[in-house]
Formats: sequence, C-alpha cells, structure tokens
Amino acid sequence: MNKGRRKFIKLAGLAAFGIATEQIVSSKAQSKATEIISNRGRQTKKSLNSASAAKVRLAMVVDLRKCVSQNGCTKCIDSCNKEHNVPDFGETKDEVKWIWKEPYEGAFMDQENLYMKDQLKDKMVPVFCNNCDNPPCVEVCPTQATYKRDDGIVMMDWHRCIGCRYCMAACPYGSRSFNWRDPRQFIKEVNPNFPTRTKGVVEKCEFCAERIDNGLPPACVEACSAKALVFGNINDPDSEVRKLLKDNFSVRRKPGLGTGPEIYYLV
Amino acid sequence: MYDSGKIITGLIIFVGLFTAPVWYNLIEGKAAMNKPSLSLPNNENQNECVAGTETMIADHMIILNTWRNDVVRNGKRNYYNQNHKIFEMSLTKTCFNCHTNKSHFCDQCHNYAGVNPYCFGCHNVPQNLENK
Repeated sequence: MNKGRRKFIKLAGLAAFGIATEQIVSSKAQSKATEIISNRGRQTKKSLNSASAAKVRLAMVVDLRKCVSQNGCTKCIDSCNKEHNVPDFGETKDEVKWIWKEPYEGAFMDQENLYMKDQLKDKMVPVFCNNCDNPPCVEVCPTQATYKRDDGIVMMDWHRCIGCRYCMAACPYGSRSFNWRDPRQFIKEVNPNFPTRTKGVVEKCEFCAERIDNGLPPACVEACSAKALVFGNINDPDSEVRKLLKDNFSVRRKPGLGTGPEIYYLV
Repeated sequence: MYDSGKIITGLIIFVGLFTAPVWYNLIEGKAAMNKPSLSLPNNENQNECVAGTETMIADHMIILNTWRNDVVRNGKRNYYNQNHKIFEMSLTKTCFNCHTNKSHFCDQCHNYAGVNPYCFGCHNVPQNLENK
C-alpha cells in the first residue's frame, strides 16, 4: 500500500463521517421547523374556532332594496373618507378605497344570470372589506400586521405593516389599497382624531373599530339616510341583523371561496 | 531622525486642525450645540401628566409603545396613572392636548439626541393641522 492510497482512504472516511453528521443535524433542525409550522397551523385553527364560538361577532347587513347608491348617493363613502382621513389622489390607479361602489354583476360575479331582475341590472352595490371569518389576508401577512380581533374585526396595525402587499394579493375582494405616495397632501380635511397613513402601508375598512370601542356605530351606518346599512352582533339571535337575515333572502360576496364574508346583502 | 523639522511641523499642524472644534468653542465661549429648552404646558384644566417628569423623560417611548399595543392589538383605550386618574391612550388626543407645540417640546430633545421617531408620519400634530 503506498502512501497516496492510505491518505485517500483516510480522507474518504473523514468525508463520509462529515456528511453523516451534517444529515443528522439538518434532519433534527427540519423536524423542529415542521413542529413550529404545525403549531402555527394549530393556533390559527384554534383562533378560528374560538372566534366563531365567541359571544360577539360583528357583521353588517346591506339592504340593497333601500340603498340608493345607483342614484349617485355617496353618503356612506364620504363619511368614511372624512372619518378616516382617506386620501384622494385624483386618479384610479393609486386609489385608496375603504368603501366603494361596484355594479351588481361585478360584486356578485358567481350569481351571473343571462336575464336579471330589472332593479338589479343597473344596481350599484356599496362594497366594503368583508371582515371575513377566515381571512386570507391574515393568513399571508408575514408580520401579523393584520389580524382578527375577538369580535371578528379584521384589523390593521399600521405600525407593523411593511408594505409587502401579500394581503392585497390574497384578498379576493380587492378591499385593500396601498399607499404608493405620501397620502398627507391628498387629504382635503384632516380629522385630527384619526391618524393619517404614511407611504408604503396597506389600508382598508375596519368596521370603524375605533368608534365601536367607544360605543358608537360605524360612520357609514350613521351616515346612511336610507337606513340601508345595519350593523350588529350576528351571534346574538335577537339582534337586528339576525332578524333581518331571518326574514329576508340574503347573499354574500364569493362565499364559495370559504373566506366567510360577514357582510350580508339583502336583494 | 531625518527631516525632523518637517515631520514635527506637520504633526503640530495636524493636531491643531484635529482639535480645531475644541479651540473654536473655547474662543467663542459657548457650546456650539444648545441644550434643549422645553416649553412646558400651562394648562389650567389639565395639570397632571400620565406619569412623573423623570419617568416621562426616561420612558415616554416605552409608555407610548405600550399604549399603541393596548389600543391597536388589545382594544383597550383607557389608561389609569398612578393616581388612578383616567386618560385616553392617544398621542394626538392626550399628549398634544397639553404639549401643544411639537417643535418647542418633542423636537427639542429629539433633535438634540439626534433621534427621528416616525410617529408623526401618521399621527397628527396640532401644527400640521393648522398648516392645512
């Protein structure tokens, strides 16, 4: 046996040992990682169950038979924009919207009919963030900037938002808008009691969480003179929303996606 | 040592230039940087802060951070200080209610310490509302 061969065999043995240890270590790390992921999954599942079983689950009923948005009424939108310092960039490309109008066929795409009720044909539907029961935006948010409150409101924590816009990609309703520019210059009249946003964060309707915490109804509900918007606790069988849903036929936007939207439309 | 004359002269010039700011301050007779001077509120109806002065100087950022988590994440909006007085946890509504001038209060120390908190990028300050 010459010296070269001996050296080669020694090196090969060392290399084999090295590879073996590396694999043991990495497989251990991997099992730890899967444990963390499965824990996270369990947590979201748990929070979903507890939310649906919670005492309070806030929801909104929009009575489209009363809503007159097709006649140019924008009271709910205006009051919301004023209340929350929603900027008006003056163009649709960068538009920031909390409440906006959508034609009936656009809002309820899965209910497409060749022939429709006349009143629904030119109907404009006010659409909001659906504050889903199973919100995909919350699932994808890498910083947990958006999360679900115990009362079901899907909240935004603008302090934590890093502007990655995953939530915008995940939301099937287009309820989220991104601030491409500093919105401050584009707010006509600043409401001093609500913060403005900054460039690079996502925003959306939050069911007026700040008003609800102070015992007030959402601004849009208050502003609607046709009384088409009704807001309340859907887990309470005696609440107004539940009564309306019991007596009327209601639809929701894209319920088939499994997001559990909590805005009900009476048609 | 070769060229000692040149080297020593060079060294003297270098040290002189390097310590120029010290000489400048000595000759001018005052610190180039002013100590922060805060204008404290003289508000009759609200003369109590959420915490004592020492605590506020040292920990106001921690208090504000706790407030932010309580309000946004936990939906708690009221704060009880050590005298059990109730305050709404709000930078704009509570703090700026007494400390009405950001540039004469917040900015004084922030500029002195060279920190640039981005609170005011979103939270309204009385001044920028007036400018509107």
